[in-house]
Formats: sequence, structure tokens, C-alpha cells
Amino acid sequence: MMAPHDSAAAGIPETPDGYNTNYVLNSRTPIVAIFPRKPQQHRRQHLLDLLFKNTTRFFAFLVFSILVAILISLAYGSTLSLQKFGLDFLFSDKWDPVTEQFGALVPIYGTLVTAAIAMLIGIPVSFGIALFLTELAPNWLRRPLGIAIEMLAAIPSIIYGMWGLFVFAPLLADYVQPWMIKTLGKWPLIGVLFKGPPMGIGMLTAGIILAIMVIPFITAVMRDVFELVPEILKESVYGLGATTWEVVWKVVIPYTKIGVVGGIMLGLGRALGETMAVTFVIGNAHLLSASLFAPGNSIASALANEFNEATGDIYPSALIELGLILFLITTIVLALSKLMLMQLAKQEGKKT
Amino acid sequence: MRLTLYQRRRIVNVVMLGVSGIALVFGLFWLGWILTTLLQQGFNALRPSLLTQMTPPPGSDGGLWNAIVGSLLMAAAGTAIGTPIGILAGTYLAEFGRRGWLAPATRFINDILLSAPSIVIGLFIYTVYVAQVGHFSGWAGAFALSLIVIPVVVRTTDDMLKLVPDSLREAAAALGTPNWKMVTFVCYRAARAGIITGVLLAVARISGETAPLLFTALNNQFMSTNMNAPMANLPVVIFQFAMSPYDDWQRLAWGGAILITFGVLGLNILARILFRKNA
Repeated sequence: MMAPHDSAAAGIPETPDGYNTNYVLNSRTPIVAIFPRKPQQHRRQHLLDLLFKNTTRFFAFLVFSILVAILISLAYGSTLSLQKFGLDFLFSDKWDPVTEQFGALVPIYGTLVTAAIAMLIGIPVSFGIALFLTELAPNWLRRPLGIAIEMLAAIPSIIYGMWGLFVFAPLLADYVQPWMIKTLGKWPLIGVLFKGPPMGIGMLTAGIILAIMVIPFITAVMRDVFELVPEILKESVYGLGATTWEVVWKVVIPYTKIGVVGGIMLGLGRALGETMAVTFVIGNAHLLSASLFAPGNSIASALANEFNEATGDIYPSALIELGLILFLITTIVLALSKLMLMQLAKQEGKKT
Repeated sequence: MRLTLYQRRRIVNVVMLGVSGIALVFGLFWLGWILTTLLQQGFNALRPSLLTQMTPPPGSDGGLWNAIVGSLLMAAAGTAIGTPIGILAGTYLAEFGRRGWLAPATRFINDILLSAPSIVIGLFIYTVYVAQVGHFSGWAGAFALSLIVIPVVVRTTDDMLKLVPDSLREAAAALGTPNWKMVTFVCYRAARAGIITGVLLAVARISGETAPLLFTALNNQFMSTNMNAPMANLPVVIFQFAMSPYDDWQRLAWGGAILITFGVLGLNILARILFRKNA
């Protein structure tokens, strides 16, 4: 930028207040000669600029530090438990507030199993929806259908929980689970997953509800990345006589592979950390059971149920350590998801 | 032979596309089911006393007024804290962070925070605030909610400011406009609709959040507008009432559920309409 006195330096006569008069302008006239600023005014604006920029920088740094702050505070809150149980915490299935013996195996197992069920159902459904909305639906239908699917994400998770507890779980117990026990329960190997009394409440129910909840997130990412495929690439394959499915399977999917996996990881991150819906239907029992019908516990629901009732020093500390484990897992999963989506964005423009 | 291959490809195509259509119906089916349940159950519970009476002890009649007021207060405070922080941080990312490490790193972390488990955010505020001051409070709830607002607002502000064409910035700079004026008077105005949409979406998101309030605002059976004391709020009341064995509590929970869901869906749709009209 030019110094405030450039008009003087350019030999332009000035009036006392800094504005010049009686001067013929030409193409070499410096800008400041046309719109000169008073020196103090210039300095003030410069200060305001610095102030504004650094304020925004400060808040950006604040946001940047939230993640680390959460990690540190949770580690601090769980010091007692970390010291007492060490690594055993991860592999012990004990959870006894009376003798103050705690282990995270049951909630970790519940979290992983419910998230796995959610992914098993959620991935193909989301893929189907994204495929339908990007490749098949007529233009006038895309928007309303897309919004309807997005509304699944807008429904608060506590509503999913209530609906699951009062409507979905009883139905599952009366009709679906007895049928599963009779058929799937007799299969070798996976039969053990479908044994036990059909109570409606348990890991399977929680997993199915989680699947519904992650569908809009995975679908949204898949739709976004499918749109990235250049039209010309698809058209050229259509031109070779490919069917719509072949275009999707052999062009769209390979082109967007990383992004699709990124979307799946995003859904996984959501499923792992979902609290209220799971708390309602998982049954909150510290049991390690192979059957998906059995009640269990997830990290988030253990926290929601027990934290306010936890007395003493070590009990809350163990729960905070659970929170720390959950936060670490979801952060890693979400970071991977983000890295994959960034990778796709980087590839774009190179590969074609 | 050729014909059969062709036929097989056609059949695979039709089957797969049919399955994708079924997937869509599958997704919409749950939405329809949940909303119908809500309408059925919630409609019985919707009565004026929801808005005039306080949450009752089990076995007697009552409403949800203290919970509604508490929810509104905390949502307002959470939005008021989170929005300016989010907008300023988002401004840095889009306007000043084109070079250097801070902007890309913050963007990365912000996207993780966007999907971070909300119960952990409650736990965080519990350890840094509630445990330090020694009591649950409306402020703690508002802080937890603001931590959910911030990433949403940062993201939309960043995205919307990036959509503002550089020619606008250059035009402003060519007139000798200082940077801060360029951002506030030119870029913010151009991105206004998008930023407001982001704030509305954030409000919608926090109105239904339960998990971060469990360990921060807790609950309160009585009317209280004191932000320094435990405060009733709709989601936690719904949680408590729905899990209870009492019929009238459960009915009130459905009443709260229908209020929250249609409030949140309404906000979402409003945000979309607003954004579309201005975009």
C-alpha cells in the first residue's frame, strides 16, 4: 500500500486538509492523489484492520483448541481410574460400583456391535438412495425426496429413542425376533447371534435404529461425491452401450471410491457416539453376550444412565475414562473420513 | 449367446435399479412411521395445559411450561454465545486463512467437532465448569449447547464466504476500502442468507439435544429462570418421563416430543426456504 503522503511525493499541490485541487489527472496519477486519505484516518483504518484480523484469528484458534481441550480435560477427569486400572480397563468385563471394580469391555463391545449392525444395514440402503437420487429420479423429484431423507437427520435422537422403546421394540419382539430365532437361529455359525428370549430391547434393536439414523449422513456424502463424476465420463460409457447399473458400478463407484468410504466412516463416527436413541432401547445391562437379542450397553448409554448417580471418586472417574475412549475412537474414525474426502477432492481434475 | 448376455445385463440393471428404489422407500418408510406415531400419540397429549402448567409429580395433571421456558432460555443463550464465535472463526478461515497452517488445521478439527458425540461435550463442560463451580446450572447447559452451535456456524460461514466472488472483494479493495470494512460491509452482506441459514440449522440442532444437558443443566421440577441454578428443559424432561412407569408422565413425554419434533422440522424447512429465496 502507498504511504499517506504519496500525493505530496508525486508533486501534487495539497490543500491544508490534505485534498488537492486544480490538478489535471492522467493515467499516471497515483490513486491516492485522487482519493487521498488523511494520515490519522489511514492509521486508524490500519489499526482496525489489524484488530479485526487478529480477533478472527483468535477465535479460529479457540475453535482449533477445543478438541485438545476436551482430550486434556477428560484425561484429567479420569486420572484416578487411569492410575488404578491401567490398561486392564480395556479388557475387563467387570462393572461393579460396590467393590469399585470397573472395566470397559462390555460397553466397548456394545458400542462396536451396534455400530456394526448399523453399518451393515445403513451402507447398502444409503447407497441405494444416493444412486436413485443422483442417477434415476426425475429432476422435479430429486429435491423433495432428498429433503425428506435429510429430515431423518433432523429428527432429534430422543424421538428415535421413544419411538424405538414404545413402538418398534414391542413389534420386533412379537413378530420379527421369534421368526429370526426359528430360521436364522438354526443356521450354523451365525445361529448363535439369534438365540435367546425375544425381548425386543437389546443390541439388535439399537443397531437397527442407529442404521436409520446414519442413513441421511451417509446418503448426503454419497450424493455429493457421485455428483463429482464428470458427465462426459458417464456419457461416453453410455455411448458404448452400458446400462445405468454398469455406469454406476464400473465408472461412478471406482471414480468416487475414496469418497464413498469417507462417507461410510462419517456414518460410523455418528453411530459410535449416538447416545439417546441407544440408551432407550439397548437395555443397559452390563452383560457380555453373543446373542444380538440380549440387552447390553454402549459407552454413550452407560454415561447417560449412570453418570449422575455415580458416587465416590473412582466411579465417575471410570465413566469419564469411558467418555475419553469414545472420544478417541470417534475422533480417529472421523479424521480418517475427512482425510479420505480430502483425498478425493485432491484427485479431482487430475484423473480425467 | 449374445442375446442372453444382453438379456442378463438388462435384467441385472432392472433388478439393481429396482433395489435402489426400494432402498429409498425403505428410508422414507421410517420417516413416515415415526411421524405418524408422533401424531397419533402426541395429539392426545396436546392440550393448552402443556403451556400453562408446570411439570407435575407422578399421578397428577400438569404441563411442560417450565421445561419449555428453560429450553428456550438455554437455546437462546447457547446461540448467543456460539454464533459470534462461530462467525468470527469462520471469517478467519475464509478471508484471512488462505495461507498458513491455522485455517486448514482448524477446518479439519471443526469437521470432527461437527460430528463429535454430544454426550462427550456434556462431559467436557461437566469437568471444566460444573465440577469446578460445584453445581449444575442453566449456564453450563448453555455452554454445552454453544459448543454444538460453534462448528455448525463455522462451517456454514466458511462455506458461504467462499462463495462470495473475489471480484467483489477486489472491487472494494480498488476503492481503497480497508479490509475490515470489506469483510463486514461487502462479504457479510453477500453471504448473509447463507450465514443465517447456518445459525437456524444450529438452533434446530440444539433444540433437540438431550445428551449434553444431562450432566450440565440437569433438570428442575419447578419454574426457574435463574441461569445459575439447575434448569428444566424439554429433552431431559422427555427422557425422564418417557422412561418412567407412569401413564400420565408418558403422555406428557409424547406431548413434549411432538412439540420438539415439529419445532425442529419447522426450523429446518424455514432455513431451507430462506436460503432458497435469497440464493
